[in-house]
Amino acid sequence: MQRRYFDYAATTPLDSEVLKEMLPHMEENFGNPSSVYSYGREARKVIDDSREKVAKIIGAQSKEIFFTSGGTESDNWAIKGTAFANKDKGNHIITTSVEHHAVLHTCKYLEKQGFEVTYLPVDEYGLIDLDDLRNSIKDTTILITVMFANNEIGTIQPIGEIGKIAKEKKILFHTDAVQALGSIEIDVNTLGVDLMSISGHKIYGPKGIGALYIRKGVKIDNLIHGGAQEKKKRGGTENTPAIVGFAKACELAESNLQEQIKRTIQLRDYMIKGILEGIPEVKLNGHPEKRLPGNVNVSIRYIEGESILLSLDLLGIAASSGSACTSGSLDPSHVLLAIGLSHEIAHGSLRFSIGKYTTKEEVDFVLDKLPGIIQRLRDMSPLYNV
Amino acid sequence: MYTDKVIDQFQNPRNVGELENADGVGEVGSPACGDIMKMFLQIEDGVIVDVKFKTFGCGAAVATSSIATEMIKGKTLEEAEKLTNSMVIDELGGLPHEKVHCSVLAEQAIKAAIKDYRSKHDTENKNEE
Ligand SMILES: Cc1ncc(COP(=O)(O)O)c(C=O)c1O
Ligand code: FES
Repeated sequence: MQRRYFDYAATTPLDSEVLKEMLPHMEENFGNPSSVYSYGREARKVIDDSREKVAKIIGAQSKEIFFTSGGTESDNWAIKGTAFANKDKGNHIITTSVEHHAVLHTCKYLEKQGFEVTYLPVDEYGLIDLDDLRNSIKDTTILITVMFANNEIGTIQPIGEIGKIAKEKKILFHTDAVQALGSIEIDVNTLGVDLMSISGHKIYGPKGIGALYIRKGVKIDNLIHGGAQEKKKRGGTENTPAIVGFAKACELAESNLQEQIKRTIQLRDYMIKGILEGIPEVKLNGHPEKRLPGNVNVSIRYIEGESILLSLDLLGIAASSGSACTSGSLDPSHVLLAIGLSHEIAHGSLRFSIGKYTTKEEVDFVLDKLPGIIQRLRDMSPLYNV
Repeated sequence: MYTDKVIDQFQNPRNVGELENADGVGEVGSPACGDIMKMFLQIEDGVIVDVKFKTFGCGAAVATSSIATEMIKGKTLEEAEKLTNSMVIDELGGLPHEKVHCSVLAEQAIKAAIKDYRSKHDTENKNEE
């Protein structure tokens, strides 16, 4: 069966050019970058070059880039590291109710350690209110952490405005840009961001590699203690092939970003229109314009997400849902509840995320099959009355 | 994660729908995930002669309700009442651990429908007295 992948927000396939760059660093150039002899020096050079490429895509300096094991570690490090390093100044952290669990669960942990956390609510589109943010700032606030773009509904937050407020109040500002990287333009300096989490596997790079951007001069404790790697800030022998792959992925993403954004938005809007016009009682989740180029998220009334995913999977279509039934926790997605959806509507949510390999033919296939799937499930639903 | 039997019951569910003049109707919601199942029974001389269901829920919920209707059709009320969710799971060749609660819905919907039938039946008897 021909399969069609619509879950680029979950992860992306490795670009073949990325793989090609990585391979020599697995076999021939295997040296430990910390070693003094030529093997080590070669590996060190490769890592330095990679750091430069990663820095470039977000407008940073290469010495402000620290490699990590991915977005989750970067979020953990940014939040715990700045919280512990600044605890003499205060114990208050501001975040939002729609963050990725890598941020939310880290904040929950810090609450147990005596920190105080404010979770800003969002409006029906998933946007925070800047006045809310201003009003929640206290003398004890040491960190604001707001995600750049939401992984479920694709909503893009006003990062530049938040950066301004943070600067004005002299509070550190971290953003989880895992979903934004390679999808939209990012510049840490114009945005006024102090710390930024990014990850390789969402941009056609390898899994298990990411970075934390730390603006020069920002005080942060270590999360991973060990050797002197990453300027003594993050111990552990560098994952050279993954670092090389991540850097190549950044380079590729940057090279035709504008073109990619245009193409993806066109496909996205075509898909959204097709779904909304082809199926009654369907609602778009997230913001119509302030959304990631590749994100389509809809709620389909009267039916439940997992049964839609299962039906799609039987046709070879891979998508995702915020339904309780697809999560281990049995609660519908906290993001969908935060934008004000009822449990029942959140249950019937469906996310298609499109990427650089998605074709119009694939979108048409989904648009052709989805109405039938939904009708069949609605006919089975006790909530649906014709 | 699902067995072929679960997929088959999900794709080709048996006895989907409603019974207009059902003798017993049971509707239950899962406290775990919020999903809903509705069961309709037609009963003659203490035997379930027809059964239909509707489900708002995951693939496992649809499959368990479908196979449960097959398991109780033609059975007496006493036999149907003995149906447990583990019997349903066995019949499906197993369910993933996190989907076990879905099968409880089927068991409870059947019990609720029988209870509904009994409560109506008892009042009818009383009226005749
Ligand atoms: C917004 C966001 N933050 C963090 C992560 C975690 O990144 P990683 O999988 O690299 O740990 C993800 C992806 O799963 C994400 O979408
Ligand atoms: S019925 Fe909700 S998870 Fe199965």
